[in-house]
Amino acid sequence: MPLRGSWAAGPWGSLAPLLLVALATSAARASEITFELPDNAKQCFYEEIAQGTKCTLEFQVITGGHYDVDCRLEDPDGIVLYKEMKKQYDSFTFTASRNGTYKFCFSNEFSTFTHKTVYFDFQVGEDPPLFPSENRVTALTQMESACVSIHEALKSVIDYQTHFRLREAQGRSRAEDLNTRVAYWSIGEAIILLVVSIGQVFLLKSFFSDKRTTTTRVGS
Amino acid sequence: LALYFHSGEREEKCIIEDVPSDTLVIGNYKVQRWDTHKQEFLESAPGLGMFVTVTAPSAEILLSKLYGPQGTFSFTSYLPGEYIICLQSNSTRFVAFAGSKLRIHLDIRVGEHFFDESAVQAKDKVNEVYLRLEHIIEKIHHVSKEQNYEREREEKFRKTSEETNSNILWWAIVQTLILISVGIWQIKSLRDFFISKKLV
Repeated sequence: MPLRGSWAAGPWGSLAPLLLVALATSAARASEITFELPDNAKQCFYEEIAQGTKCTLEFQVITGGHYDVDCRLEDPDGIVLYKEMKKQYDSFTFTASRNGTYKFCFSNEFSTFTHKTVYFDFQVGEDPPLFPSENRVTALTQMESACVSIHEALKSVIDYQTHFRLREAQGRSRAEDLNTRVAYWSIGEAIILLVVSIGQVFLLKSFFSDKRTTTTRVGS
Repeated sequence: LALYFHSGEREEKCIIEDVPSDTLVIGNYKVQRWDTHKQEFLESAPGLGMFVTVTAPSAEILLSKLYGPQGTFSFTSYLPGEYIICLQSNSTRFVAFAGSKLRIHLDIRVGEHFFDESAVQAKDKVNEVYLRLEHIIEKIHHVSKEQNYEREREEKFRKTSEETNSNILWWAIVQTLILISVGIWQIKSLRDFFISKKLV
């Protein structure tokens, strides 16, 4: 969408590119993806963003190891806007300073054998108004403004619900890990206890049963 | 179709969607191939297709079809749980082909029906409000389904935690009993041994 070189003479000519920018930035998109990041792997996502768009990147690690991941967000020039190592959850809002392809990467390269499940939500731009004011002559009716408030409230309900779902999934994953760990270690410990105790007795007996090393203590 | 990522020619990329039952999931994708001669991604690659495989939580394959370079797929979940959507290209080229990669644009929508913008453009104001209300009602139903599903999962979570709790208690008691009984056996056994060896 090249906007340079289209400036026309006259006072109204300068409005056209501005309208184009407004339309471009009003295209709101939200992508949320849950994917599995294998150990020693890095996964990058790209998106073309117009200048001036307010964007939010939110991510959370749901399962795996210490539930942390490295995250990095770069602008089209390669300047790092956001970089965090071993984070469990974070939310980052920024305004695009220039047009181009923005890139964000999740890295599990520090982990040797745990796969991580990562969820991210990348919101670009604001949502368009429910009742656009282009062909409007009157203000919003009561019905319409009620619709708008219900829509806004629903958006935050869905947002909270998603957060809660992810936190619960993470908690459940930890609980299941704990359960298997407790079971294996308890059985292991019980076996080790038995083996070591019985082994001790037989080892001790073998010290005294050996004819070659009979000490002079016997009978003196 | 804004968000994209790169993938190897024969690599399978999977996405997990945890959804309640009776939910419609719609996916939109577009795939482009890297052209090493032009050093850019081709707009259209004839013959390039994507295998889309959807696996249900019961490990049953719900959908397994070959689509073209651009396509839409959808499925309705009948069981609540994690559905795994996998995309793999049908490229027959060997992986050793240097510098070859795919750009996959992906957009997945859960529990939403595509909003019919053209119907809203109708001049009828009552119609517009009615359509928006319908969309809101559908969203509320989805929220309600998610909450039901959440209740099931929280119950499973609680059961696991309680099981861990009783496991710890049970195994601690068992280990203490083993410790005491083995200790007694050790002393008895050694005492009998030393008496028989006339050391005591």
